[in-house]
Amino acid sequence: MSVASGGAGALRGVRRGGEFALQVALTLLGLLAVTFFIGRVVPIDPVLAVVGDQAPRDVYEAVRIELGLDRPLWVQFWLYVQKMAVGDFGNSLVTNRPVLDDIARVFPATLELATIATIIGVALGVPMGIAGAVYQDRWPDQLVRVIGLVGYSVPIFWLGIMGLLVFYGILGWVAGPGRLGIFFEDIVPAVTGVILIDSAIAGEWEVFWNAVSHVVLPAAVLGYFSIAYIARMTRSFMLDQLSQEYVVTARAKGLSEARIIWVHALRNISVQLITVIALSYARLLEGAVLTETVFAWPGLGRYLTTALLAADMNAVLGGTLVVGAVFVGLNLLSDALYKLMDPRAK
Amino acid sequence: MNNPRASGATTTWRAQLLTDTPASRNQARLGQFYRGWLQFKRNRLAVLGLLIVLLLIVVAAFAPWIATHDPYAQDLARRLLPPGTPGNWFGTDEFGRDTFSRLVYGARITLMIVVLVAAIAAPIGLLVGTAAGYAGGWLDTVLMRVTDVFLAFPSLILALAFVAALGPGIENAIIAIALTAWPPYARIARAETITIRNSDYIAVARMQGARTARILWAYIMPLCVASLVVRVTLDMAGIILTAAGLGFLGLGAQPPMAEWGAMISAGRRYVLDQWWVATIPGIAIITVSLAFNLLGDGLRDVLDPRKS
Repeated sequence: MSVASGGAGALRGVRRGGEFALQVALTLLGLLAVTFFIGRVVPIDPVLAVVGDQAPRDVYEAVRIELGLDRPLWVQFWLYVQKMAVGDFGNSLVTNRPVLDDIARVFPATLELATIATIIGVALGVPMGIAGAVYQDRWPDQLVRVIGLVGYSVPIFWLGIMGLLVFYGILGWVAGPGRLGIFFEDIVPAVTGVILIDSAIAGEWEVFWNAVSHVVLPAAVLGYFSIAYIARMTRSFMLDQLSQEYVVTARAKGLSEARIIWVHALRNISVQLITVIALSYARLLEGAVLTETVFAWPGLGRYLTTALLAADMNAVLGGTLVVGAVFVGLNLLSDALYKLMDPRAK
Repeated sequence: MNNPRASGATTTWRAQLLTDTPASRNQARLGQFYRGWLQFKRNRLAVLGLLIVLLLIVVAAFAPWIATHDPYAQDLARRLLPPGTPGNWFGTDEFGRDTFSRLVYGARITLMIVVLVAAIAAPIGLLVGTAAGYAGGWLDTVLMRVTDVFLAFPSLILALAFVAALGPGIENAIIAIALTAWPPYARIARAETITIRNSDYIAVARMQGARTARILWAYIMPLCVASLVVRVTLDMAGIILTAAGLGFLGLGAQPPMAEWGAMISAGRRYVLDQWWVATIPGIAIITVSLAFNLLGDGLRDVLDPRKS
């Protein structure tokens, strides 16, 4: 009996896993369809979009054959999917190297920026959201609401420029654009590509602090957007919890308000909070494009904008695809975490 | 009797609007509109947002009369003047063009972008969403899969890719933003359609022989409009920010167009010495997108009380 039901459970698990894999595969195929559509169907002449209008005749013909533009559209799409499946995104016009290698090289910089921004967002956003819920409709709540509203209304690139003006230009508290001062470049060997970690491994603390001084401002600007989002979500989750009966019970029992909020209620919202944090991490990829441009930060965002201005389609579509895949991955991860941590969501 | 004004001799127009027994369809509509306005009016921030949006519209409409200078006239002898200079109260840019006049003309571009994006994206979303929700089955599955895939990209990144394929320029930026803006509208319209598609009045219309297109157009779409208006208004701020971001990257409005994002981009080179060139257009963007956010919040409370 128990063996049979165990077998059925395993079967169900396999089936659920299969459905999940199918869903992921379909979504990735969809992403490919969109980038294919943008690269081959939207431009009037996809070859010109890849090689630029200065290309000589033979290069033009070679690329035309390489892209398979003489064949039917669905064959082209199939060839495209096959190439993408093995990670062949084509070569970048600007760097003349495979796009995937370029992306692997610049991605750690974006990861570093987005991670620190998320840490800032969580460290400030969660307490602010809780304060907003606890002091509902009083001044801390209004303040949090205003900070959030401004966060949704300010252009991130403008905020970055203003930050540079005030904290670099006038006050001189932080270092300027870029990831490291020119005297500190190429000192530490790249192990992970994340300079803060690499310099700590190498024990080069001067490099480490220089890197910190460079990352603080762009991460704070980017983090502001996570603060706005995380604080708003935390506030609404917390308001939900504080109206529950167990809170009344805890108060009646004589527990301190701090204990009710920070231990009982916070534990109950932690699952929802983690999914929100994963989503805000994904949204930072978007903000990173503009922030990296302002701060000359050599990450994926700047790679994308440089490619855009050079009309380097392979690099643009490769970057778009990677961002889309990361976005989907984080969404799935947050779903999975939710199911894993909340027994009710089975 | 059918004319609401006919009985107005004995009662005030306010009582006329708030009556529980409207004598005509128009009176009922006006009454509903008036009740909504009374509720909206109580939210002072939303009214402020509305006033700023109205101001934006007035400035855009009467730009040639409000601007003090030609926004494209260069005067290199008067370049990079600080705000407060007589004649150029908001200062001048690197070509000596008057910043105030450029802001005024920029209001036209901003307004054009939001209006056109909304006019393209909202109908697409409405059509896809109602069709998917009403038809169900495989059509629903296919349309929603497509919607999900578009939602799987961050909107700015997708807009960037579209602009890369279409080429830079303000028209292409508008098309690109519209192509990334419709999926949430489709989701909303589908959700609304599913809740009402099995209603009795739809069944009655079907039994009377109404065609599917007519049911969608006359019975379902009007009920989706309220939540769509709220969502579009709330999205306006995001559309403005995306358009400004494209302009800042040099992919949206092209020089010498007085687009606010492009103005920030031009002023960026001088920011450490002449801070005002980049600062002032940014304040204009914040003001307008804040206004749309406040207005959207206020509209949501009136039109869509479930979600507030």
